[in-house]
Amino acid sequence: MKKEYDIIVVGAGPAGSMAARYAADKGVSVLMLEKDRDVGYPVRCGEAISKAGVEEFINIDQKWIAATISKFGFVAPDGSEVFIDFGEAGYVLERRIFDYALAESAAKAGAEILTRAYVNGLIIENDIVKGVKYEFRGEQLEVRAKIVIAADGVESRVGRWAGLKTHIDFRDMEAAAQITAANIPIDQNTLYFYFGKDVAPNGYFWVFPKGNNKANIGLGVSGITGKKKSALSYLNEFMEKHYPDAPILTSIAGGVPCSITLDKISAPGIMLVGDAARQVNPLSGGGIASGMIGGSIAGTIAGDAIKQNNLSHILTYDKAWADRLGKRHEIFNRIKNGIYNFSDEKFNAIAHSFLKVPEEKRGLGNLFVTALMNQPSLLVDVAKVFFVK
Amino acid sequence: MEFRQAKTGKLMIEILPNKCDFCGCCVGVCPEDAIELKEAEISIIDERCTNCSKCIWSCPIEVIVFNKTGVLFQR
Repeated sequence: MKKEYDIIVVGAGPAGSMAARYAADKGVSVLMLEKDRDVGYPVRCGEAISKAGVEEFINIDQKWIAATISKFGFVAPDGSEVFIDFGEAGYVLERRIFDYALAESAAKAGAEILTRAYVNGLIIENDIVKGVKYEFRGEQLEVRAKIVIAADGVESRVGRWAGLKTHIDFRDMEAAAQITAANIPIDQNTLYFYFGKDVAPNGYFWVFPKGNNKANIGLGVSGITGKKKSALSYLNEFMEKHYPDAPILTSIAGGVPCSITLDKISAPGIMLVGDAARQVNPLSGGGIASGMIGGSIAGTIAGDAIKQNNLSHILTYDKAWADRLGKRHEIFNRIKNGIYNFSDEKFNAIAHSFLKVPEEKRGLGNLFVTALMNQPSLLVDVAKVFFVK
Repeated sequence: MEFRQAKTGKLMIEILPNKCDFCGCCVGVCPEDAIELKEAEISIIDERCTNCSKCIWSCPIEVIVFNKTGVLFQR
């Protein structure tokens, strides 16, 4: 290990690994630090991703694919089920293997990686970030860098130490409880989403197949709901009702920051990527693909900044992200605020009227249109997402 | 018997021992950066905490509670 790197990445999730890889591809020196023992573990995620979201970054490898998804199933509060066929739409991943593969690709590009390295402060000189302080096997150490990329996830502390406002409104934090269970007899190519105030108020409850009748099951609840009832209680009630005897293989807590991207995701010497930058798609809560996109943009810009010896180039990252996805997420966020406030009666009515649409004409676009017939203002947003290219 | 002191008086936010899953929700919503979270170790930074309770509302598995009488130092 060196005493100084061009770029240090804090956190080895998908966003961090892509930042490290794209930077290293530019031929600069990169160190990625991970606080946990293992890259990719523990998994705090629903693990679903679109086909396009993966393929932009890595060749499909069956060893990290748990299930291939071709259908979405929406379950209304009264039990009405709506299915939409997409063809080959996406995957449910084995994140512990997937994240590992992404980190390997960063290593292959030339990045150094160190696990069990807990970053607990920044080196700041003249208001510019110059490296990180970290604890490694009981020792407090420092390592310098020209650029620090914070990929430290939902906590997002590195950004705050650099003076960026990264703390998230408790209403936008989807606190999640999830399990991997066995003997769940669902279609292995369908993602199931349950709606309703008793199941997942202001959000959705997911049951995602993981092959051989295993499933990733869970939900996130906003802090508003969390004041009264925790995600864990909702999860326990769901399992009791639907799968009381299912063996539980893993059970874990997590958090999804479901908001628009932070106002500022770069500052002198520092860039934020992934959950740390709040780059999650606020409508779906999906953050793997968007995190990888954020990471790749940041890594590329950081690498160029070093190569061109022009560190202020990193400040172009905010706009590059906004143009690629950030602005789109603002629309998704407005749709989220509309949809997730629907009453149970409304969800039921949507399901019933959608079931009247001829099967061959059913698509996600017209599901939303059905959903929003009484919300003209939201319809404009939906049109922007689905119909305006 | 000595109470821990938060920024705004007695500390009333209590992280129940041996229950935490170290997911980071509480850290993300804390406006004061008053929670330290390592791989499998969590603690409140007393002098930064304002007892605002956002961490309690954002804990998915009911690990953080509001202790009205105040949190005691552990021996």
